[in-house]
This record gives sequence, C-alpha cells and structure tokens, in this order.
Amino acid sequence: MITIPDGMPQYTDKPRFDVAAIRADFPILSRTINGHPLVYLDSANTSQKPRQVVEAMVDHYLNHNANVARSVHTLGTEATEAYEGARATIASFIGARRPEEIVFTKNSTEAINLVAHAFTGARDGSRAAADPRFRLGPGDEIVISEMEHHSNLVPWQLLCERTGATLKWFGVTEQGRLDESTVDDLITERTKIVSLVHYSNILGTVNATARITKRVREVGALLLLDCSQSVPHMPFDVVDYDADFIAFTGHKMLGPTGIGVLWGRYELLDAMPPFLGGGSMVETVTLPHTTYAAPPARFEAGTPPIAEAVGLAAAVDYLRGIGMEAIAWHEKQLTVYALDALSTVPGLRIFGPTVPVGRGATISFALTAADGTPIHPHDVGQVLDGQGIEVRVGHHCARPTCVRFGVAAMTRASFYLYTTTGEVDALVRGLDQVRKVFG
Amino acid sequence: MQLDQLYQEIILDHYKRPHGRGLREPSATEVHHVNPTCGDEITLRVAAHGSTITDVSWEGQGCSISQASASVLHELVTGSNVGEALRVHEAFVELLQSKGRLEPDEATLGDAVAFAGVAKYPARVKCALLSWMAFKDALARTGAATQTEVQS
Repeated sequence: MITIPDGMPQYTDKPRFDVAAIRADFPILSRTINGHPLVYLDSANTSQKPRQVVEAMVDHYLNHNANVARSVHTLGTEATEAYEGARATIASFIGARRPEEIVFTKNSTEAINLVAHAFTGARDGSRAAADPRFRLGPGDEIVISEMEHHSNLVPWQLLCERTGATLKWFGVTEQGRLDESTVDDLITERTKIVSLVHYSNILGTVNATARITKRVREVGALLLLDCSQSVPHMPFDVVDYDADFIAFTGHKMLGPTGIGVLWGRYELLDAMPPFLGGGSMVETVTLPHTTYAAPPARFEAGTPPIAEAVGLAAAVDYLRGIGMEAIAWHEKQLTVYALDALSTVPGLRIFGPTVPVGRGATISFALTAADGTPIHPHDVGQVLDGQGIEVRVGHHCARPTCVRFGVAAMTRASFYLYTTTGEVDALVRGLDQVRKVFG
Repeated sequence: MQLDQLYQEIILDHYKRPHGRGLREPSATEVHHVNPTCGDEITLRVAAHGSTITDVSWEGQGCSISQASASVLHELVTGSNVGEALRVHEAFVELLQSKGRLEPDEATLGDAVAFAGVAKYPARVKCALLSWMAFKDALARTGAATQTEVQS
C-alpha cells in the first residue's frame, strides 16, 4: 500500500457507498441462473433496474397516466408535469443550460441519426436555405474513429452516400487508445462534424477529448460525443466538455428501455430541420404547409415515451443519491481488481488499455486453450452462463474495432455500481472452467 | 451439468478435428454466409456430378458449434445424391428447431444427433445452422439442384 503524504488528497477522501445496500435495491441480483447465483457482468449492454425506477413507472401508470402536452384535464397536467420535470432533471444531471436542450429519443442510435438527418445535401436545392453549418456536399468531411459503435458509424455512412461527403476516422493504437497524432490532418477546414465515442463500449477506453475539441473549434466544425457508456458511469458536464451534441440512452443507466437523449446546444437545435413529422412537433398546420415548433418539441413527433421519461428521471435521482463520483471510484477500484485478477488467467489477452487509467470498467478479452488454440467467445460465454455468469460475446456492434485487433469476436465483462469483487473472482473461476472444457 | 448436452464429446471432437475443412474444387459453386449477430462466417463450396454431391468443402471462422456442424455436414452429405442430402438437411433443421423436444433419428442424422442438445439453447441454434443454410443456398445455385427442384 502506497502511503500518500499528509496534506495531499487521500484515497479515503473519495466518496464511497455500501455495495450490499445497493444490491438490495435490485431484486434480479438475488436470482439464480442454471443453479448458480447470478453474476451479472453485462451492464455495458444494459444495466439492471432498481426497485425505485420500476416503482416510479408503476406509480405513473397506476395513478397519473394521461397523454402529455395536449390535455386540459388534471391527469393530462400531471403527466405533462412529470414528463417535463423529467426533462429538467436530466438537463441538470448533465449540466445543460436549459431543459429545452434535452430531446427525448428512443435510444442513442436515434439521437445520432437525428443529428445526421439535420444535414442537407448541397445538391438538394429544395432546402438551399438551410443553415450553412448543416449543409454538406462533395469535398466536405465527417470524422469518426475506429472504435465507434455501429450506431455512430452507419448513420454517417448513410449521410455520406446521400450527400457525396467523405467519411474519415481516427485510428486506434495497439494499446486501444485513440491515435491523436493525426488530429491536425484529419480535422481540417473541410470537416463539418466530428462524431466521437467518449467511452468505448468494446475497449473500455475513455477518450481524452480536449485536444480534439480544440481542433474542432479551430476549424469551425461541430462536435458530437457518443456518451452512451460515460453518462451512466461518471460525472459528466456538457459545458466542461464543450461539446455541441451528446447522445446517451436510458437503459444503460438504470432506466427503462425505449428512451434515449439527444442534448444539443439550443442555438444549434433551433437551426435544425425536423426529424420525424407528425403531431406535437408543429406550430401551424395547413394542408399545403406546416411551420414547426421550437426545440425540443420539433424533434418529438407523436406521443413520446412518457412513463419511460418518468423512469429515467427516477434513475437519475437514484444515481445522484449515491453520487456519480462515488460510482466512478467504485468502478475504478473494480477495474484495478479485475485487470489484476484477469492477468492470472492463463491464455487470456485483454483488448484495450491494461492499466486502470483513461479506461472504464468494461474489459474485453480473448481466451486460448492450454494447447494455444483460441476458444471462441460464444463458447466462453456459454460455459460461463452454465455457471450463472452473464457476459457479452460477439463483435459488440463495433466490428471495425474487432477487425483492428484481428479477431471476429471478443468476450466482454462490464461492471456497474452493484458489481462486487466477489463477482470478479467468480469470473476468473468461470474462465478456468472454460479452459477445462476446451482443454 | 446441462452444458454436457450442449458440448457433447462428438461436437468437441468435430471442432478439434474438423472434417472436410479447406476449400477444394475451384469450379464448384461457392457461397459465403455470415451470422451478423456474432460475426461468424463460412465459405462453402458444393461440387456435384449429375445428381451426386461429390464434395462439400468449407472454410470458416466461428464457435465450436458452428465449426463442428460444418464438419458433420461434410461427413453426412458428401457422396450422397441431392435428394438424400435434402432429406438429411430437412431432418437437421427440424431437430434444431424442435426446442429439444424431438428425438433425433440416428439412421438419418449420424453424428448430427449430437446437436439435439444445442436445440435447447435458442441463442445457439443459428450457430449450428450457419453451414447448413449455406449448403442449401449453394445447392440451389448448382445445376444438380435444379434437376431435382429444390424448394427454397
């Protein structure tokens, strides 16, 4: 144990919480799988839900249910207040200047697609009046990275196909870090938007964004951060990060499925055309023409995910009650423990950073049998499931990252506030069992 | 342990010592199939002479179930005629889709009876079927298949 001199910040100064007490809020964590206690190591895929979130949604449906933004009756008012209250809760959670900067979507994927859709092809004369920041054509460029989830890759490919713009990307180093050495060549006056993952769902890397943001501002491009994995796990403030847009999703942060968030600087949202057309997003409708509502309503056509917003707000309240800094520290300690423990498993190779710095509690790896032959992640995951240990296997919707590391698939263990070191031990024992089956 | 059913000795044997692996007969009909949910892939060639399947060769990347199933496929259909191969194919697909409720017929399926356990794991059924679906696709593209009117 390293002793930190008096007067310096001590480890014990960091906020902590009682993991056992947290786990009691998650009934699913007490169930068994195939006769073994559940060891849920797939929170990067979707998190489990505490009783408080489910109860908030039940209370909404049983006691306050009505449609929002269109009723004059009491229930309609209660539902609208709950929905807009959720917007305000989420805005303050990420440091947004005002609630109207929060657009509810169905997930991160839709949030990113919404931004991509705001761009108009320069060849498309019908919307020539569009804001120049959202005009795109041949010669213009979009920059992503080699560690993107498909949701932050395919929408930009589609946009490039539609407009003739060019897609470029940051490479990934052997250590699983973003290769920033090319930043000045990649991001240029031709760049219209840089859309970058903040915390990689496959490598666990937490990207340092300062240098990229600085360059984005120099060239006058826009910056979108895919925060699907970071907002649930660490303190995040949109002003600190100086982003233009961020996307994240409810179900990875203790909330329900079916709701995601696009945060955008209000002035940018206001310059963007609608996404889906329909009810609730209009100002005045005549048969030949419609004018559109101001953001965020402009981007929320149709009845929105009301109960889901209530659930997400309850999740945010829950996370705040524990404290995001405490959660980040808990996960950092787990990461230190897990990197150490996994290094004792013969034939195991970690993809991504092997030091607990600039990385989160998501660890992907490959495993080989005693004779050196690779054990396919599906087989790893299946044998672990036999012992109640739930991990994700496959390409993690980030196939280019797998290709970068020369594999078709990886096995991934990911942790959250309810994960214990005992569960990391169970994983290590489980991996020994996998090697026995395929020995 | 239930897992023993999934990873029967037969399957692990085929996985460790696959039969028919390696692409042969460059003139044969070739198909490439992927399982988009996991990234497993197989390239498979079917060579036929008249209505006889003279070789099923393959190269793939995937889990033990998918690789063993390609190996068993090679064993079962090489040398048989198209009609027999399709009957075996049908029996295999039926077994895998039975959710484990079907007693497999060893006379028709040979080593493929070992996959009865896989049928109980819905997430793995596609792994077992990858090469078999590729085989049917390849067959449908060969002249041999058109002579016997393959139903797609």
